[in-house]
This record gives sequence, structure tokens and C-alpha cells, in this order.
Amino acid sequence: MSEATPSPTVGVIVSHAELAAALVGAVRTISGVADALQSVSNEGCDPKSLADRIEAAIGGRPAVLFVDLPGGSCLSSAVRLSRGRGERAVVTGVNLAMLLDFVFHRDLSPTEAARRAVDAGARAIRTPAA
Amino acid sequence: MSLDLIRLDDRLIHGQVVIGWGQPLNVGFIVLVDDEVKNSAWEQDLYRMGVPPGIDVVFASIAEVARHLTEWTADPRPGILLVGDVDTLAGLIAAAGSGIHRINVGGVHHRPGRIERLRYVYLTDDEATKLRQLASNGVEVTAQDVPTARAVPIGEFL
Repeated sequence: MSEATPSPTVGVIVSHAELAAALVGAVRTISGVADALQSVSNEGCDPKSLADRIEAAIGGRPAVLFVDLPGGSCLSSAVRLSRGRGERAVVTGVNLAMLLDFVFHRDLSPTEAARRAVDAGARAIRTPAA
Repeated sequence: MSLDLIRLDDRLIHGQVVIGWGQPLNVGFIVLVDDEVKNSAWEQDLYRMGVPPGIDVVFASIAEVARHLTEWTADPRPGILLVGDVDTLAGLIAAAGSGIHRINVGGVHHRPGRIERLRYVYLTDDEATKLRQLASNGVEVTAQDVPTARAVPIGEFL
């Protein structure tokens, strides 16, 4: 009997308003990868409802939770759901560059994928000469 | 009184509070009243992450409100006091005696059993009754998510 292949790491973007959905759409348009990311908005949610939405988006898979701001309701819920769970990691300050890197490295563990995404995202923040 | 905003908001410290209210009020400190958070170092770290340097955050239990309210109101810096649910708010008012006159309902979001009262205010009937009771005891209760919105009197949403 062969061992089951582990699920690839899923990226769950947790944001205010429609930012997460827009990022998922942008990644799909640029990369052609359609199944790597899920979007969750905190719109209209109390903390419990937001946690339920995130949990449903994770769907029992290893996950990196990409959060828009380094504080606030999205981060609080993401950290609560990930604390002490090695199969989940949290990244704040989500941007398109980190997501584009992530969708091609879903074979990594969530911790490794998160570190890599942070590096890719940080490298994209520059002030090019005008 | 330098506690400029006493706010019911189930997200506690988040963008609307720190940016939306914090910037125009030039807030110097935030008091978060929550018995669970008061006893959780990691949750306190989490809430501090969302606050810019220069704004102090105080974590307090309901029991500590009576002891410190005078000190907070005498603080010359503008301050915001936050609670996350109606029961904590009622406990806060009881503990404060006559020290709190005005409450901002800033955000109580949807969960099963709650009914929409405003776009950002969902309450069970029990929660609504408790808020009405506070108002009938002389506390001014209005709903307003951000400073640029209109403060909606309780009579218009309950």
C-alpha cells in the first residue's frame, strides 16, 4: 500500500474588504495557477465568524495565511488559528510579488514557504529611480 | 476628560480604531478592557503589534476599571477605551459608577442569533435590551464606526 501524497500547501489571503479576492484574481491572471490561493474577507465578521471563514478556506490542508496588516482583526484570527500548529504559518503585509512566488513553491512546508514568501515580498518593495 | 472615546468593538484594537479614530484624536493611549486578554501575554503581544510606537496600550480587567478610571481620565493625552462585547460593557459601566456618560457602538458583527441593526451593528435581542438599559440609565449611546460617519442615536437603531 503506497503512502498518500501530502497535500500541497494552500495560501489563504485574509484581508479587509475585497483586497484578498482581488489578489487571488491578479495571481491567477499573471501565473495561470488557479487552485493555490483562497481569499477571505473580514467584511461583516465578528472574530468567531472570521475564524470560521478562515478555517473553511484552509480545509484541513497545510496552509500559509497571508494577512494584509501587521495588526488588527485579520492578524488576530490568523494567529489564533495557527498558534502551536506546525502545519500553518502566518505572513503579514501580503503583496502580489510574494504570492506569485508562493504559488510555484507549494511543495515546501508552510514554515519554509512563509519564509520564502517574506523574502520575495520584501525584495519587491523598492524606490526605483524616476 | 481625556478618555475621548469609550467604544464597543468586537475587533478591539484594529485599523478603524488605530487609524480611523487614533489619527484625528491624536491618541496617546488605548485601554483594552477584557478579562481574557488581561490574562494572556501572547494575546497582548498580538494586539500591541497593531499599534504604532508612541501610543501606549494598557490591558485591564473589569475589576481594575474602578481603580484606574480616575487616573485614565486625568491623563492629559487623548485616550480610547475599548471593550469587545455588551456584557463587558455593562460590567464596565457598573464598575465605573457614574464615571462614564457616553458610549460609542463601533462594531458588533454578525454571528448566529444576532439581528442586523446597522451595517456594522448586529445584536441579539438580549444584547439590545442591555444597551437600551444603559441608555435608560442616562448613558448616551450612539453608533458610529468611523469619525467621518454620523453618530446614530440608539433610538434610531434599536
